[in-house]
Amino acid sequence: MIAIVDYEAGNLTSVQRALNFLGYESFITAEPSRVADAERVIFPGVGAAGKAMADLKSRKLDLALQEAFRSGKPLLGICLGTQIIMEWSEENNTSCLGLIKGKVRRFPEDLADQNGNKLKVPHMGWNGVHIKRAHPLFEGVSPSSEFYFVHAYYPAPATGTTVLGETFYGLTFASVICSGNLVAVQFHPEKSGRPGLRILANFCQWKGSEDA
Amino acid sequence: MLSKRIIPCLDVRNGKLTKGIKFKGNVDIGDPVEMAAFYYEEGADELVFYDITASSEKRQIMIETVRKVAERIFIPFSVGGGIRTVEDMRQVLLAGAEKVSINSAAIRDPGLISRGAEAFGSQAIVLGMDVKKVPRSESIPSGYEMVIDGGRTYVGLDALAWAKQGESLGAGEICLNSIDADGTKEGYELTLNRLIATNVSIPVIASGGAGKAEHLFQVLTEGMADAALIASITHYGTYTIRQLKSYLHDKGIKVRMNW
Repeated sequence: MIAIVDYEAGNLTSVQRALNFLGYESFITAEPSRVADAERVIFPGVGAAGKAMADLKSRKLDLALQEAFRSGKPLLGICLGTQIIMEWSEENNTSCLGLIKGKVRRFPEDLADQNGNKLKVPHMGWNGVHIKRAHPLFEGVSPSSEFYFVHAYYPAPATGTTVLGETFYGLTFASVICSGNLVAVQFHPEKSGRPGLRILANFCQWKGSEDA
Repeated sequence: MLSKRIIPCLDVRNGKLTKGIKFKGNVDIGDPVEMAAFYYEEGADELVFYDITASSEKRQIMIETVRKVAERIFIPFSVGGGIRTVEDMRQVLLAGAEKVSINSAAIRDPGLISRGAEAFGSQAIVLGMDVKKVPRSESIPSGYEMVIDGGRTYVGLDALAWAKQGESLGAGEICLNSIDADGTKEGYELTLNRLIATNVSIPVIASGGAGKAEHLFQVLTEGMADAALIASITHYGTYTIRQLKSYLHDKGIKVRMNW
């Protein structure tokens, strides 16, 4: 079964609805023991990094996620879930899980496109993702697919090899991060139409390595 | 870079679809859940549901519709109409909507915007604005006035000032409807859209007046809108979403072409 980790950080039911639609059973939980027992784990989330980490810690879910990462079971982070896997976030000056080396930065106020037009923050709407190498989670996903983003902060991994996908919005940022049994996407696959559902379906079948 | 969004608007009354011309003579034309699924398959980037009657005793019908829609479509959608409290917002968001749109209720109680943004984040709060062109005056310096009750009541509030206030209170987006252009099929109110879009830093969804693909091009360029709301132009089969997007794509507008 798939555990969807509940840390009071947004609409968990939309992820569960997408899994239901795809025919995969899941449960929403805030219990570290149930995360430990799950075959695979999704941690979604919207909201602020500071509150999210405080909620995770108060329930000992931070330790559960770190242990799940070490255990080798497939893990998927979504949106804020992709930021809290880093070491530190500029948002509320927050120490995060540290599963991936690097920081979380805010889009600068003077963000502009190639023609010098000012860009709005948050980055909200549909944007492309450049996938840098083949990965089981993106199998069958067309390179021209777009995904739905809503965020003002972005992950900045220290190691290039953990960057699986990149997106341009005034600057190029890591929109997909991977490391072994962990994949994390800054966009919302549950709100990204068919390409997003394909990623979720791929995750539900994924064995947890870059090869399979 | 971000794509410009094409957003069909579905007016719902008592759980059924309607499409009003200038808010009068609404007729039921079908099931909102089926129509939502159709637009999802067709390539809509987002959907807007507007609950026309929204009398409090019929509120549950809309919540049930939202729940059914959320099981069928996997793109963002917002719900507006009759949302007056944070609890109303919570019900709609829990039922599966990504955003709520508030309009008259925000004018009567501007604090509703900030309370909603605090509870659910700015990205979940859309400020719906119904606007009419009026002579410039001391109280309405922009020459655009806020109206409520489907355009029947002028509220003495300048549209530009209200847009800025809405942004500072925490609205994440503005859905800007020109009552003058609504239902005319003669094009969006470009001056109004440009005025608001250049004076706020949150996205503006243009609404009211789409009759031809060219109108979308105009409002997404000259009107500087981030998204275009459409209704009768696709509801009655004049264009498909793909036709509209192909037209925009060919004219150099970045739109989502693969879905």
